[in-house]
Amino acid sequence: MHETDMTKALIVTIRDWWESQPEKTRISKVHLIVGEFTCVEPVSLQFAFDVQTRSTFLEGATLEIQETPLIAFCHACQQEYRPEVGIQYACPTCRSPMDDIRSGRELKIDRLEFDCPDPSKSEEHTLCT
Amino acid sequence: MHMTHDAALGINLLHANQEGADHNRAHFDQWGITCFNLMSSPGAGKTALLEKTLAALSTDLKIAVIEGDMTTELDADRLRQYGVPVIAINTGRSCHLDSRMVAGGIHRLQHDYNPNQFDLVLVENVGNLVCPAEFEVGEHAKVALLSITEGEDKPLKYPVMFREADCLLITKTDLAPYLEVDLSQIEANVRQINPQVTIIPVSAKTGEGLDTWFTWVRSTVASRQIPPVTVPI
Repeated sequence: MHETDMTKALIVTIRDWWESQPEKTRISKVHLIVGEFTCVEPVSLQFAFDVQTRSTFLEGATLEIQETPLIAFCHACQQEYRPEVGIQYACPTCRSPMDDIRSGRELKIDRLEFDCPDPSKSEEHTLCT
Repeated sequence: MHMTHDAALGINLLHANQEGADHNRAHFDQWGITCFNLMSSPGAGKTALLEKTLAALSTDLKIAVIEGDMTTELDADRLRQYGVPVIAINTGRSCHLDSRMVAGGIHRLQHDYNPNQFDLVLVENVGNLVCPAEFEVGEHAKVALLSITEGEDKPLKYPVMFREADCLLITKTDLAPYLEVDLSQIEANVRQINPQVTIIPVSAKTGEGLDTWFTWVRSTVASRQIPPVTVPI
């Protein structure tokens, strides 16, 4: 299950960011955007995340995965289309190959949610970046 | 009341790996090395292709190999017979090479040899059609292999690898007479996903197509090398 390695990479990326922050507030939720045209299976990622975050700085954090569809753009037809993953990637109208991918390659950590120790701060809904 | 606040990150999930890959590539660039990442499913013929490549090209190109294998050094030992440095990386249970593992290989290359002497580093990834495609290691080009025994539908089923490839070698073409396989259908399926890829059918056994592959290797290496500045006397 290669999602184990993908999760490891995700945890390292979050840890690098988290350690660079002046305040080490507990992370309660990780929001990911995962494209349909990637090597990541969201269900497996969810499972691996729950297992691998135990006893780490991400202990207890939940993972929220937003999936994005594969959308390509056909230059000949000047229109977007949805390739059928595993079956057909060429433009359904003119059969041009899949050239530009407009969506579906995302593997992005969109945002993190933190527990706020100080309620007065959280009321301001501070964006920490 | 439970209160939370947010931080918008917008960074790639594989950001840490990508940074490592960029670092590796900077080393290669500094030493004037071109690096290819060879990827395929297990048994598609990466090691056989490397054997032929080392035999044919190691006289005019200075080559080193970084060899990823899950547990053994069998492939590395096969390649050492060609007299080139082969750095074996056992990936353990990991099913792909990542930039950190390749960085370990680069440091050994730097420590044991003068890295400036090399023109080309060939990274043989772990046999797997899925995740090596997502983990860059610092390569300048991705080379995918697909053997004709795997069937015409593989590019459609494992599209990311074929989308990312700069060069695709369709291997074991000598077996075509024994199989019901349509080579042109394999090519058409790959082209649907990646119209820019260079496709070269080869057979390591008969030698068919290998000259085209060698030409691709030579020209890719040459196109990256900045010609020495000639100083008028």
